[in-house]
Formats: sequence, structure tokens, C-alpha cells
Amino acid sequence: MSIDWQAFRLTIVLAVVVSIILTVIGLPLASWIAFSRRRWKFLVEALVALPIVLPPTVLGFYVLVALGSRSPLGRWWQSLTGHTLAFTFTGLVIGSILYSLPFAVQPFAASFSSVDPKLLAASATLGASPLRTFFRVVVPLSVPGLVTGVALAFAHTMGEFGVVLMIGGNIPGVTRTVSIDIYDQVQASNYAAANATALLLLIFCFAVLTLVYGLNRRTSLAGRPGQRPWMIGPVK
Amino acid sequence: MDDRSSQIAISMPTPAETKLASQILNARIRKTFPAPEHGFSLDVEFSVAPGFTILFGPSGSGKTTLLDCVAGLATPNAGRIAVGERVLFDAGSRLDVPVAKRGVAYVLQDLALFPHLTVEQNTEYGLADLPRLERRQRAAAMLQEFRIDHVRQQRPAEISGGERQRVALARALVTNPCVLLLDEPLAALDAFTKSKILDDLRRWNQAHGIPILYVTHTREEVIALGERVLVMEEGRIIAQGTPHEVLSAPLQETVAQLAGFENVFDASVESVHEDRGTMLCRIMTSCPPAGREDRSVLLETPLIRAESGSGLRVGIRAGDILLAVATPVGLSARNILAGRLSSLERRDMIISARVDCGVEVEVHLTLAARDALDLAEGRQVWLVIKTHSCHLMRR
Repeated sequence: MSIDWQAFRLTIVLAVVVSIILTVIGLPLASWIAFSRRRWKFLVEALVALPIVLPPTVLGFYVLVALGSRSPLGRWWQSLTGHTLAFTFTGLVIGSILYSLPFAVQPFAASFSSVDPKLLAASATLGASPLRTFFRVVVPLSVPGLVTGVALAFAHTMGEFGVVLMIGGNIPGVTRTVSIDIYDQVQASNYAAANATALLLLIFCFAVLTLVYGLNRRTSLAGRPGQRPWMIGPVK
Repeated sequence: MDDRSSQIAISMPTPAETKLASQILNARIRKTFPAPEHGFSLDVEFSVAPGFTILFGPSGSGKTTLLDCVAGLATPNAGRIAVGERVLFDAGSRLDVPVAKRGVAYVLQDLALFPHLTVEQNTEYGLADLPRLERRQRAAAMLQEFRIDHVRQQRPAEISGGERQRVALARALVTNPCVLLLDEPLAALDAFTKSKILDDLRRWNQAHGIPILYVTHTREEVIALGERVLVMEEGRIIAQGTPHEVLSAPLQETVAQLAGFENVFDASVESVHEDRGTMLCRIMTSCPPAGREDRSVLLETPLIRAESGSGLRVGIRAGDILLAVATPVGLSARNILAGRLSSLERRDMIISARVDCGVEVEVHLTLAARDALDLAEGRQVWLVIKTHSCHLMRR
């Protein structure tokens, strides 16, 4: 029974990097979606949600084209680094960010918009800038949603297959992730190895999600009992 | 070091300085909500001097919108808002100072305390620009002034409604605002808690003297506060003046309240004494018993907005009436009625005495009082009724 530890490590590194970058991109994007009153907001929302319904191969194909040496982005990158983005770890990260974007942004945006707007108004009347309001009021009150978003993005990246295959191919140590490895083993009728790796991935993902949801439950129980305790008196 | 002390001097004005700085709020606001069916427009012009001013009106009359415009949370279509010389909004010159820079304190209707922050952190929230130490000191002083020092480590969910109210005030006032807006902040509190909080707010404002605009939709609160009132209806200010001047109808006590009164009389307003804050009401004696002269009864009651000669109803609780067996002298109570005890009846632990003084009045006494006064039917007695024990109702 042999487990491809290199693929396993690569997958975890990929998931961690993607989760971190998605948090950085996701916070401003989600807050724009939650608080903007632009008329064309729905277009951005639809665009962000696209990876949920799109087959990974379609997404992967277009990312591959965009990263390839014939696209402006690909040429720019090539002039900068001397090689193309396709079939590299960096290319894999870019594809995975697009692929997992809705899984981070949607929980973020949902929890941002559930923060009582009166708290935002109160913060403003106390002299706080929108940025300060965001980090002192909105983010602390959205912790469960943030944790959920990061966990989903992490788990989703851990398990991705189609996008990786399209963009990254199967280069050991560079783009060969666990799911590709399992596919390979099955193709080679090496069921025992496939089973070992698959089982490990299953247990790992389950453990991560259990931990996250367990923590989330504790914080939401401690911080916010069912009703909204800062409200008294009649609500108009 | 020098630098810091000068900074403190600027950011923490002494009471004398703020008194100079405190100015009249002048506003002219026009705002329309172009909804096809429920179109609403606010069109007001008013000024608020240092001290309390009440904004009174039914729900939906535009009170909150008006406050939102002053605070900068809503943008008027036209008008001008200024505190003294400082212009906060001017549609003409397209000036619109952002909310965070207005220095207008706003206590929202449901307080909007930050649930994840302690009382102390809530209070310090508006002082972000100050050095840490000074922030601490000013918040601590404010918590002490509003008597919530003991809960400073608690979160809003863990303290009482009255304490939350105090936190909301302390949080808003610690920033040394130029105006304070209160949107029905005390609606959910009992009268005792409410009056204690108002006392502290008044004491604070004696030192600071800023205009305070206090929104309410209850008549009782307007009368209890007894300050200048702006009356709003459907987006317009329709009257302003003292509560007595602007509250046009008699006190409306409901049927439910009326049920608690043992004595309810039909009466008519005999004369109105605005200078004394009272009026005289003549109680109608339904039908004077044959062979007896009509001894009609005059009662001094609290002043309400009523025409001389108009009819109303006076309710007096049997337990609020004092009974004396000799002519009472030297009392603050304004109504002393001579009469004769027509019946004494024991009801469990109280004595219900009926006294005929032109009208029949029921009085409740303790057993001890009956024995001490040696009461018996037919005895001459005097009833003592305070002006404020006479509750007026619409007939």
C-alpha cells in the first residue's frame, strides 16, 4: 500500500495558499456585494456564482487559454518570468482561486449582510470610517460566516480534479494533486493504492470540516444567543 | 510631552468652553420619497436651542427621517442644516458633511450597542483618535457619570434595559457632540428608571449645554418632560410651544384605566387658570334629592387644554382621598369638601366609607383609621383631595 505523500503535501499547500488568497480577495468582494447599491450588482453576483454550475473542464479550458502564451496575460507573464503559466503551480493556484471563489465569497457576503444596519449607522455617527466600521463591527460579528467560507474554499480546493487536469496536467511535485493521483492509480488498476489515498483524503477532509463546524457552533453559542440581545424596545 | 498635553486640551474642552461652543441647531429640510403608492414628503423648518426640545408625533409622521437627515444618515433633497455657524448640510452649495464628521450624537431607537464589545469598549468606540490612556480616562469618567461603572466589563446582552440605555447615552456623549438626537430611547423603560436616567442626562447637559432633540410618540412623555415641543404630523411641523399650549385635546384615559376608579363624575370646566396650572371643574349632581338645596361641588384639577364650559369626566381613586373629622388647615391639597358620612361598610381588611358632600364619594380607610377617628354614620367629615388625584378623561 503506497501513498503518494508528495501529491498529498502539494494538495495541502495548494489548499492553504488558495484559502489565504481567497480570504484576502473575498473580504472586499463580499463586502461590496453585501453593501453596494449599484444597479448592476446582480451581474457581479452571477459572475461570482458561475463556478458552482460550470463544469470544471469548461472553467479549466478558458483559464488555460487565458494563461497560455497566445493570450495577453500569458505573454505578459512570459516576458516577466521566461515561462508560461500553464502547467505550473502558480497557474494551478490561479485556476483554483477562480474555481473556489463562490465557496468563500457567498458565505462571507451572507454573513456581512445579516449584520444589523443600525449597528453600521451607530458606528458612523460615532465618527468611524467605513473601513473601521468594517473591521471593528462587521468582521467580528461575521466570524461564523468567515470560518465557514474559508473551510469550504479549503475543502473544495482539496478535492478539485477537472480544473487541475486542464491547467496543470500531471507533473509530480508541481501539479500532481491527490485527486489526479487517485485517478492515475485507478487507470493503472492499482485499486489498493487508490483506496488508501482516497480513504486518507476522505478522513482528512472530514476531520477539517468537523473541527471547523464544531468551533463555529461554540462561538455562535457563546457570542450570539438566538435573539438579538442589543435590541430593546419596539422595532418599527 | 508638550505636544500631547496640547492635544488633550483641544480634544477635551472644559465645561466652560463647551458652553461657549454650544449653539442653536437650525434646520430646513425637504425630503421626498417618491414611492408611487406610499409617497411621503418631509418638509420642516425648525430650530433647537441648547437644552431639551421634544419632537412629538404619531408613528409614521417623519420623526425618524428628520433625525436621520440631521445626523447625515439620510440626505435631504433641499434645505440647510447648521449648528451655530457650522454648516452640516446645504443643498444650495452642495455641502454635505459625512456622518462621521458631523459631531452629531444619535441614540437610535433600539440603541444599537455593539453586542461583541464590552460596555467599556462600546463607550471608547467613538474616541478612536485619542491616545489609549486618555481614551480610558474619558470613558471611565463617562461611565461613572452615568452610573454604569460596575458593568464596564459586561457585554450588552448581560445587563439590564436601563443600563443598556445608559451605555448608549454614555457612548454617544463621550465624544463631546454638538447636538444630541434621541429617538424614543426610553420607550421600553418603566417610569422610575426613565426619570433617573433623564436626571443624569439633565445634569450632564447643565455642564455642556447642547441642543437635545428628544423624539416621542406618547403624550404622557411629553407632559412628563414638560419641555418645549415640536408637533409633527405627516411630515410637517404643525405646532410648537409648551406641552400645554400644543396638546389640543384633553387627556385621553382609556376605558381600562377608568375601571380602576371607584369615583367617576361627569363634570364641566368652570374656569381655566393657566397661571396656576390648574382649572376648576363643576361636578354635576345628577338630581338633587327633593327638599334639599343643590350643593354642587367644585374641584380643582390639573390643567389640560380645554374650553371653559366643555364637558369631561373626573376619576378619583377611593384610596387617594383623605378623610378628616375636623376642618383641615395648612395643607397643600386644594380640594377640601365638607360632607356627612352616609355609610360605613367593612370589606375584608378595608373600610369603604360613603360620604355625601353634594355628590356621593367613596373613600377607603384602614380598620385602624376608623377606630382612631371613632367614625360613625351621620358624622360630619371633611374630604381632602389633591389636585393631581383628579384624573381627567374625555366624556
